[in-house]
Amino acid sequence: MRNKDAKTMTTSTPWKEITPGGAIYDAGNAEDFLTGDWRAMKPVWIIEKCTQCMLCPPTCPDNAIPVEDSKRLDYDYDHCKGCGVCFKVCPFDAIDFVKEDE
Amino acid sequence: MPIRERLSGNEAIAVAMRQINPDVVAAFPITPSTEIPQYFSQFVANGEVETEFVAVESEHSAMSACVGAQAAGGRTMTATSANGLALMWEVLYIAAAMKLPVTMACVNRALSGPLNIHNDHSDSMGARDSGWIQLYSENNQEAYDNMLQATRIGEHKDVMLPVMVCQDGFITSHAVENIELLEDDKIKAFVGEYKPEHYLMNPKEKIAVGPLDLPAHCFEHKREQAQSMINAKKVILDIAVEFEKLTGRKYDLFESYKLQDAEVAIVIINSTAGTAKTVVDKLREEGVKAGLLKIRVFRPFPSNEIADALRHVKVLAVMDKAEGFSAVGGPLNADIRAALYGNADGIKTVNYIYGLGGRDVRSDDIETVYRDLLEIQKTGKVGADYRYIGVRE
Ligand code: SF4
Ligand code: SF4
Repeated sequence: MRNKDAKTMTTSTPWKEITPGGAIYDAGNAEDFLTGDWRAMKPVWIIEKCTQCMLCPPTCPDNAIPVEDSKRLDYDYDHCKGCGVCFKVCPFDAIDFVKEDE
Repeated sequence: MPIRERLSGNEAIAVAMRQINPDVVAAFPITPSTEIPQYFSQFVANGEVETEFVAVESEHSAMSACVGAQAAGGRTMTATSANGLALMWEVLYIAAAMKLPVTMACVNRALSGPLNIHNDHSDSMGARDSGWIQLYSENNQEAYDNMLQATRIGEHKDVMLPVMVCQDGFITSHAVENIELLEDDKIKAFVGEYKPEHYLMNPKEKIAVGPLDLPAHCFEHKREQAQSMINAKKVILDIAVEFEKLTGRKYDLFESYKLQDAEVAIVIINSTAGTAKTVVDKLREEGVKAGLLKIRVFRPFPSNEIADALRHVKVLAVMDKAEGFSAVGGPLNADIRAALYGNADGIKTVNYIYGLGGRDVRSDDIETVYRDLLEIQKTGKVGADYRYIGVRE
């Protein structure tokens, strides 16, 4: 029986159950892949300084700055890879960039 | 009633493609395979096929278009030679790893440099580890028959791998010979429709193909891919049986020619097998127990079957029409020796590199090889086991 669902493909899935060629029989599943653990540096949002200028959300390559009602929210650390682009782009020093374990 | 015709090897392939009527053909011209897309595009222009012909700007694009079209759910074909195949290189591996049964007509030509447009096997031999099934053809008839079977083999659910049908550039690709064709409707019934289990254009199933594959899963995918190649052997034989019922023409993993009681034998690929058979006949008339093994299926490599077929041979020559630059012999030699080792030990074996860059290989060249083997049998001395025939010393 071949695995139908990317989510059930784990590090214990044996080769006979893996999908040929790595195909994923699902769409929009990048969200299921938690890339947050790749992070060495992490952005920290300083809410008091944030003017909600909205410069940072579209620069994030991982869609890890959620936006609701035209306002950014705190980071989605499950997916933020810690590239620091948002930190660079913020004109108001409202983002700090620190070592992951700090 | 089968149709008797006179066609070149390239025409034979193009006719097979017309009869199969694939969904997509993406190809770029390169000597000596150019005629295949040329003839085929005429079939497209004449409305004889429903194929979408993609005139791409390079072979890298040709193979990429094949990957896309096959992943979308279409039966896809291409043709190439030499540097064209080399330009496809990275995408060859991707087609195989994505389990896409693309069919390719590879018209063997020396891979540059030095720049040469004539036949040897350095192009497809280099692609032997790309994960493609490789079928080789002695003449136009075999090229046609292999092309018809290739689609079935690749698309079999236990296989799902791309297949390369090889023949010798100019020697068979451009030589017009008699050929027996099947009627279009018989081919249609034999080849059937391509019905992949999963494909991009299936509105009933969401799918993402070719995703990033990190250490957690990549190894398992490679293992799965390897199994398909292992499975291919039985599928190739089963389809050959079906094909024989249809045509009366028998195919196997390799052809044994007067091999059963042979004491001296050669292993060879493609058109030179035809030349070598006449030499075997001549030697047999002299009472020499000469035989020949002609490889049809090089990938998957029929290791055990070859060892069984050669077990009784005393002295063997492995003929490589590609210089492997391993400093110990050609690629076929390496696989044959590995097949024999521990399986059929004690056969005195020599490797000949021959016919590079289109150097003519005549029956007296092949006879020289057999005479060398007889000398080894007589003296018991092998001497150099990595040799050349036909090069100016
Ligand atoms: S650090 Fe990079 S990945 Fe993380 S939120 Fe900022 S831009 Fe996105
Ligand atoms: S760029 Fe800085 S100020 Fe602007 S929304 Fe982002 S965090 Fe807030």
